[in-house]
Amino acid sequence: MTDGGPRPSSVERLLEVRNLKVHFPTPDGVVKAVNDVSFVIDAGETLGVVGESGSGKSVTFLTVMGLVTSKQARIEGEILFRGQDLLRLPAEELRHFRGKRMGMVFQDAMTSLHPFYTVGEQIVEAIRAHERAGKKEAWDRAVDMLDLVGIPRPAERARQYPHEYSGGMRQRVMIAMALALNPDLLIADEPTTALDVTVQAQILELIDRLKQEFRMAVVLITHDLGVVAEHCDHIQVMYAGTIVESGRTRDIYYDAHHPYTWGLLQSIPRLDSDEDEPLQPIKGLPPSLIFVPSGCPFHPRCPHVMDVCREVVPPLLPSDGHHSSACHLSLAEKERIFREQVLERA
Amino acid sequence: MTLLDRTPATADGRPPRTPLLRIEGVKKHFPITRGVIFQKKIGQVHAVDGIDLDVYPGETLGLVGETGCGKSTLARLILKVYDVTEGRLFFDGDDYTNFSRRKMRPLRRQIQMVFQDPYASLNPRKTVGSIIADPFRIHGSVPKGKIKANVQELMELVGLNPEHYNRYPHEFSGGQRQRIGVARALALRPRLIVCDEPVSALDVSIQAQIINLLERLQSDFGLTYIFIAHDLSVVKHVSDRVAVMYLGKVVEIAGGSTLYRDPKHPYTGALLSAVPIPDPDLSAHKKRIVLEGDVPSPIDPPSGCRFHPRCPRSREVAAEAGYSDQPHPQCREEEPALAPHHPGQVAACHFPLADRAVIEAS
Amino acid sequence: MGRYLVRRLLWVLLLLVLITLFTFVIFFVMPPTDPAILFAGRAPTPRLIAQVRESLGLDEPAYMQYLLFLRRLFLGDEYGWPGFGFSFLTRSPIKPVLFERVLVTFQLAAGAAVLWLVVGVVIGIISALNRGKVADRLAMGFALLGVSAPVFWLGLMGLWVFWQQLEILPGTGFVPITEDPSQWFLHMILPWSVLALLFAAFYARMVRSNLLETLSEDYIRTARAKGLSERKVVFKHALRSSLTPVVSLFGVDFGQLLGGAIITETVFNLPGLGTYVVRATGNGDLSVILAVVVLAGLGVAIMSLIVDVLYAFLDPRIKYA
Repeated sequence: MTDGGPRPSSVERLLEVRNLKVHFPTPDGVVKAVNDVSFVIDAGETLGVVGESGSGKSVTFLTVMGLVTSKQARIEGEILFRGQDLLRLPAEELRHFRGKRMGMVFQDAMTSLHPFYTVGEQIVEAIRAHERAGKKEAWDRAVDMLDLVGIPRPAERARQYPHEYSGGMRQRVMIAMALALNPDLLIADEPTTALDVTVQAQILELIDRLKQEFRMAVVLITHDLGVVAEHCDHIQVMYAGTIVESGRTRDIYYDAHHPYTWGLLQSIPRLDSDEDEPLQPIKGLPPSLIFVPSGCPFHPRCPHVMDVCREVVPPLLPSDGHHSSACHLSLAEKERIFREQVLERA
Repeated sequence: MTLLDRTPATADGRPPRTPLLRIEGVKKHFPITRGVIFQKKIGQVHAVDGIDLDVYPGETLGLVGETGCGKSTLARLILKVYDVTEGRLFFDGDDYTNFSRRKMRPLRRQIQMVFQDPYASLNPRKTVGSIIADPFRIHGSVPKGKIKANVQELMELVGLNPEHYNRYPHEFSGGQRQRIGVARALALRPRLIVCDEPVSALDVSIQAQIINLLERLQSDFGLTYIFIAHDLSVVKHVSDRVAVMYLGKVVEIAGGSTLYRDPKHPYTGALLSAVPIPDPDLSAHKKRIVLEGDVPSPIDPPSGCRFHPRCPRSREVAAEAGYSDQPHPQCREEEPALAPHHPGQVAACHFPLADRAVIEAS
Repeated sequence: MGRYLVRRLLWVLLLLVLITLFTFVIFFVMPPTDPAILFAGRAPTPRLIAQVRESLGLDEPAYMQYLLFLRRLFLGDEYGWPGFGFSFLTRSPIKPVLFERVLVTFQLAAGAAVLWLVVGVVIGIISALNRGKVADRLAMGFALLGVSAPVFWLGLMGLWVFWQQLEILPGTGFVPITEDPSQWFLHMILPWSVLALLFAAFYARMVRSNLLETLSEDYIRTARAKGLSERKVVFKHALRSSLTPVVSLFGVDFGQLLGGAIITETVFNLPGLGTYVVRATGNGDLSVILAVVVLAGLGVAIMSLIVDVLYAFLDPRIKYA
């Protein structure tokens, strides 16, 4: 994914992020939320971004959307959307990428809709922000969108306010709004974390279906390794503002190369395991983003730490055309440890 | 009740013991009123609507269910934060349903609670030492001079640095705060700890640390847990038996593995099939039952089996019996009782699922 | 909604009964001066006082007097409805004076309200949108000044500067608009500004903090994510939510002012309710005090009712039944 390996020319490169850094100045010090992150998203693919709180997964994509701006943070690098660098666009031009070319849905649909406007009005507004559509036309399109995302009696429901919707229905509205202008990319930031598991299944299924219908690329940001296993083509694992591993979905689950990924896989309870062995948590605490550890940011918690890890930042290196990891262990070591210690359990 | 009187298999094969906690026909209805001075009752929320459960010494009973199923209300009823509307509660054989505040005090030492949001449940203006010492002071169980030593011992026990005695909650991370919450619950050496979503707010790597801590403490002190969570994987991991709740009722109880392999209630099946499994091949094999619609309002729960409006199984059976696309009439009219299936498994369903209906053999 | 309004109005009545009862108890059951003595004039004989007392009904037990007061209030007296009674001090019916003075107070309050709303909201918005910059600091400096400067000092300074020194404004006092609109305006401008300054400062601070809080809401992020212009994000999405609480505060503030802006009226020598009630209090003129209390209570109650109804229109989550 992040490598320069051969790619079939038929695949269109939709988004390319190069050496992105996002640092927030705060009274306590500079919060280094994203540190030198590079990746590529192809048209139509689904990328899962996995990490815990403070991993930089949300900030990365809020920056892509232009929702973190140079007013709040020091931003370096390039964000190329079909070759055009969004970081160098004037605000007014960038505004037309948001909502039109890229849509975003957030974790908390409860608070993400304006409480004072009807659901229909809010979708109409999204349409009319980018297109010269008449009020009536935009309204009809909004109702169609609500229908498309599976809201029963859409014409009637469009006239209701968000508080009259359940949590799952609100998330459907958010999706309808994000997709109203048929964007090329949908960024879903923990779209189901606040929802019950059966509703989560409905929403994920909906996103899967719409991905086909709209032929768009999807970024699924989550902390849940289960969600990405079922719904993503590629996965990148983030830790302390860097990508520590990225690869095709199977690479991450059946051939993981980074100790942090191993730690994640071993620390989640599995519904499908019959005997309940004790979990193997990652020791210690997530790092402060103000005082990021030297060398590999994971080294203070890593069971396989070596001297070099404390001093040298490991680069994200490919082991084959798709799979890369940022770790000083040799490939043979990684494969051996994964086989003997991680896969054993799973 | 005889159905549930089966003790979980004990390692040493001793005869079944009496339950530590018995919940008998417990209901909690919250009235909905209108008016300021002259309040008029216009309805009620059937938060918990007739639950029988036994919790045996040393076991972990998991409670799962979605928002509004009544699991957190049940926890508060057990601790008598709320009074029950109907039914009885027994602790160690004693009926404490109508105990006064004063009579509850000795019992309070035996039943403790761990909350979801460790930060909200810790007083930000008190040091960690004094938060953990609170139970000692309230119950006067430890002489004053020994409180500090006791607290530091507890801190060590839950994996906190005893030197951080004088720090404030905001100086700790989420996981450490939950350790503080556990230490406080442990202070009076309770026999039963009700854990209400204790790891839901934590990151995965930290979640595992707390789960392991709870498991270690259980075996060290012979604790009994009621473990409430919406995350089925976590509940299954920590629990000996799992009770699945839907709209104020228990619809199924079974051992974790039985529940996973052979759920009998269609709701359990749907819940299991909805849990994403962190294994791409396995999840590709899984049969997915996507439920339609939302959980109905507990103000006016559906007739008969409460799950019938959303139940795919009921429709399937109805279709086979020649009814057109609608739930089976029996499900609409008759409320199913908990009936035994596999050993230790009971489910409340007229048309229980066949074995291995959800998970295909892999 | 209809039932709700009826219920609320009944509450207003109950409230009026309670506050008048309270006032009655304070001024009548524990009197600083005997109203009868006050009324009987200089050096009265005990016989005259007794006579007066009887004629005023002051010999009745206290509760009877209160009931008589209520009866007058709700059913009217010899001077019409509602019966506000008779001033012991001026020996004249209260109602005509009262209404004249309410009008003056209302003109003062309404003009000031327009001023403080406009100034407060505009400054609050500018300040929030330029958070931490020079404009914000200037605005908040102004707000600090407005909140901390005493009204009487501001009033006197204003008079000194614009009347005594610059001579661009006329002095104190009140000219009815019907008599001379331009003089009315010139006489009111300073009282309006002085009264408005305190509120404007307070409102600016509130609008600023509300707006800043709203701008960090999730739905503002959503508005930006759908590509709305920043102008729309701020003025359509953020402002609507952050001004709603201002409405409720405004209702209460304005309602309270209708009971009289005592200091402003005193400094500028305006014949409003404030100066009226101050004089009545000094002289123990209970009927006047009660009349003003009734009006002031009514002002607050009605304004808060209006605000609540308005709120239901502004915030669709609120339903009255």
